Amino acid sequence: MIIKAFFSGFGGQGVLMMGISLANAAMNKGLHVTYLPAYGAEMRGGTANCTVAMGDEEIASPVASEPDYLVVMSSPALFSFQNKVTSGGTIFINSSIIEDRPLRRDVQSLCIPCTDMAQDLGNSRATNIVMMGAFIKKSQIVAPDIYLKSLEAIMGSRKKSLAEINRKAFVAGFDYVKD
Amino acid sequence: MNKVLMSGNNIIGEAAIRAGCRFYAGYPITPQNELTEYMAEHIRSIEGGVFIQSESEIAAINMIAGASAAGLRVMTSSSSPGISLKQEGISSMAACELPGLIVNIMRGGPGLGNIRPAQGDYFQATRGGGHGDYRTIVLGPATGQELADLTMDAFDLADQYRTPVMILADGMMGQMMEPVIFKKPNPRNYPEKFMLRGAGSGKSKFIRGLLLDPIDSEGHNWKLARKYAVIAQHETRHEEYLISDAEMVIVAYGTAARIAKGAIKRLRDHGLKVGLFRPITLWPFPELKLRSLSSRVKNFLVFEMSTGQMLEDVRLALQGYANIDFHGRPGGAVPTPAELANVVAKFYNKID
Repeated sequence: MIIKAFFSGFGGQGVLMMGISLANAAMNKGLHVTYLPAYGAEMRGGTANCTVAMGDEEIASPVASEPDYLVVMSSPALFSFQNKVTSGGTIFINSSIIEDRPLRRDVQSLCIPCTDMAQDLGNSRATNIVMMGAFIKKSQIVAPDIYLKSLEAIMGSRKKSLAEINRKAFVAGFDYVKD
Repeated sequence: MNKVLMSGNNIIGEAAIRAGCRFYAGYPITPQNELTEYMAEHIRSIEGGVFIQSESEIAAINMIAGASAAGLRVMTSSSSPGISLKQEGISSMAACELPGLIVNIMRGGPGLGNIRPAQGDYFQATRGGGHGDYRTIVLGPATGQELADLTMDAFDLADQYRTPVMILADGMMGQMMEPVIFKKPNPRNYPEKFMLRGAGSGKSKFIRGLLLDPIDSEGHNWKLARKYAVIAQHETRHEEYLISDAEMVIVAYGTAARIAKGAIKRLRDHGLKVGLFRPITLWPFPELKLRSLSSRVKNFLVFEMSTGQMLEDVRLALQGYANIDFHGRPGGAVPTPAELANVVAKFYNKID
């Protein structure tokens, strides 16, 4: 069984970090995994997106034609990619800055005001980690402690305070999604 | 050694440094920039490591030729248009029997093309690319793990046969991250007598590619040809996947082979007996292995992200013993396994 997740938004929102952290967590759980960023000719700005494929078998194509999960951090991302999601899949929406909602009725939508929540915690740059908390709770692809450990390993020796903010942001997102 | 998640470009860089590469020269081009970046950051912290961002691709290949003559393990990398510029230098390294690794992270072509993954440089890579009677060993990795293993093996092959070796991958292989475990590299075995390090009080040595006497030159050409014959006999590598009961076999390499594996899984779910033959060495092409398969399998489908280049090697290998069909997506288009499965099913249903 292979699960594919697609993360999208604009440059600077930590979209690629969401994918990299999930891919690392999936690897540390012992899953097969690929991470594929969309790469362009531009040096900065513009849209950013990446695909993570995870499964208990060898992953053939790292491209997701029909991802099971779509995470959108900006309005253009919602418009561009909502039709990609497989029927019965889930769309995670950063509802702090996206006012529109998916037009599709065959997918589940989860609205998380993650920019507002990160600001309430004192650091809007943790917006992506709030979203990851919600993503991990809903998808249950990896256990929350594996994800947090993997995230800390990637952040490495950077400031200790950052790890604390990330942990708080993750828990806020995780608790926001009700069972 | 722990499993780590790295991009293909970074995997090649790390594997090269672990294998003892101490001289890298390159010029930026997408989609291989992360390799140049990795070498810039990491090779300098190794004792004796040299990184040069050269003024051009042509300068880079000639710099590694010089460093190779001086006895260092050397590497350069680029993407399709940049590799075209390096051809004169690669031909010269083959003539001078200088070991070295050239990495081509292919993009869409011809011309400047685009920066998406493609496989249009197969002819250039496997036929020599530059002028003159020479060959380069060409390795076509399909996973992050293989990028690491083949990069290390490429340096050993280059030394063993004193010839330039090419890693031929594409933008997807370069950009994608996968888990990798770096194996322990072999200790380098390259005799001092082939290195130019100053004669001192001994006899002077020289390395040259200019042989004005035609008889000398002919002899040198045949010597190289004998070497290539030995390589062709001993160094082919390939992978077979779900071949034993296959009615149809897809022949594909690199990223195309991954997509083919995904397609095969879908086809097998519907009861279609399809397998994969994946050349890992593109030159030498594993032609005898493929030919022996044709005693049982009568239908082959070549799939490439090009208009059909490896297709010619498959025709040469099968020599009319089996039917060969072709599906291609050139110019940077990467099909999904689902699309390929539909194409294969159409061909499969025509088999009597």
